[in-house]
Amino acid sequence: MKSLYLYKKYCIIHLKCIMQHKVSFLLNTIGIFLMSFNLFLGVYFMMDRFQQVKGFSYEEVLLCFSITLMAFTIAELFFRSLDTFDSIIRNGEFDRILLRPRNSLFTVLCSKIEFTRIGRLLQTLLMFAYGILYSTIDWTPFRIIVIALMVLGGVVVFASIYLIFASICFFTLEGLEFMNVFTDGAREYGKYPIGVYGKTVVTICTYIVPFSLFQYYPFLYLTGKAEHAWYGLLPIAGCLFLIPAILLWKFGVSRYQSSGS
Amino acid sequence: MKKYASFFRIRFIHGLQYRTAAVSGMITQFIWGIMEILLFRAFYQASPESFPMTFQALSNYVWLQQAFLALYLIWFWESQLFDSITNGDVAYELCRPVRLYNMWFVRGMAVRLSKAVLRCIPVLLFAWLLPAPYGLTLPADFRTWFFTLLSMTLAFLLVIAFGMIVYMSVFYTISSQGIKLLASSVSEFLGGAVIPLPFLPDGIREIVNVLPFASAQNVPFRIFGGDLTGREMYISLLLQCFWFITFLLIGRAMEQRALKRVVIQGG
Repeated sequence: MKSLYLYKKYCIIHLKCIMQHKVSFLLNTIGIFLMSFNLFLGVYFMMDRFQQVKGFSYEEVLLCFSITLMAFTIAELFFRSLDTFDSIIRNGEFDRILLRPRNSLFTVLCSKIEFTRIGRLLQTLLMFAYGILYSTIDWTPFRIIVIALMVLGGVVVFASIYLIFASICFFTLEGLEFMNVFTDGAREYGKYPIGVYGKTVVTICTYIVPFSLFQYYPFLYLTGKAEHAWYGLLPIAGCLFLIPAILLWKFGVSRYQSSGS
Repeated sequence: MKKYASFFRIRFIHGLQYRTAAVSGMITQFIWGIMEILLFRAFYQASPESFPMTFQALSNYVWLQQAFLALYLIWFWESQLFDSITNGDVAYELCRPVRLYNMWFVRGMAVRLSKAVLRCIPVLLFAWLLPAPYGLTLPADFRTWFFTLLSMTLAFLLVIAFGMIVYMSVFYTISSQGIKLLASSVSEFLGGAVIPLPFLPDGIREIVNVLPFASAQNVPFRIFGGDLTGREMYISLLLQCFWFITFLLIGRAMEQRALKRVVIQGG
């Protein structure tokens, strides 16, 4: 409970910090909005030309896109500090964090909250609303829970990936650029239901990195393309991905040697 | 001319040193290329008759795009140049007996080329080994090769000339953030980086094709795949020349006007 209070305090500090440079904040927000608006235009024009892909209509694709992008954006908003963790290690910031009387992971998370992502969050909300209003989903209380679980599961999966990045930095002292494939790639290509890419990709995204557990399978159930109700609960299984990530982080902290600066 | 050549060499060798970055870039490009092709395959299966180009031409487009990303990605900004204008370091550059525009132009060419040289060969080789409609197929006749190379050169020069306009505009606006974001996002879509331009709906496509960004990667990659031929190809090549010269003149005029009344901020 105390941690929550502390986190709120950090939030307010970060917000005040940003508001010192209002114009720059506004421009950044608009820029990020425009960038992901390009993604939307891409989907719009493709769906306009082809009408459907693997049986998914434009509204369904849009809903799926908004869920993935929303999960990604929320994860980026709160866990961005893990994405840039290599600099925290290299400039000796992590030594200072270890001295603080709080959980080290918690303190790292407090060090950065990326409010500029709000522009994109707004866009995902618009697409989400459109997708819900115009798709032909037969809404039941359970399906509403499923859609919430999808977003939540997505946030957890993306957060776990960020955490794994950060843990690897303990050993390499440098961010591994190609790991962006998992975050940026998922944002870029998660705009369509993963099944579109074929069986191999679905398998990889089920057993290696659990993207399809929160995106593809529950979505199949949501749109009525699969009857199994347990598909809707798979995002919870996706959350298990957090366990190896946390273990790796703990292992990394126990092996941590200061970079010396 | 000699001084620019040696300046080019310095920057080029400098750029070649980032090998780990090149390897991780390559891995990313492989995966993105594969995903892109899988995605378009799904659309192709959905309705082949709506596909505006042959699947082979599309595969060629995707792989060339991934291989030469460093050459044609507009938002490959050099923050050093922006910073030098903002913090006044550009004064040192102005002391040199070379023209700023030419020096930065050469620099931009060297930086992009050094990045592309390291990355393109493995990506192209890999794509060439892939089975038929998904990989890279080499055009048979000599003319296609010639026009692709010509068009690639023009597109490359165009991209750099456009970058120069953005750099020069910072002399007027001081802050680079707004213009950078705007240029990046607009050029990305209109240049065919999000989806290839032939996939745009009729009506919009004709307009976008005449705009300068369509004269970048869009033209050479489509010529290579045999999607752009004959009269249309010649028109596109002429448009490329036209936009390149326009950008060049605008950039140079902006430079001259800016340097006439340049104020060095800070010290």
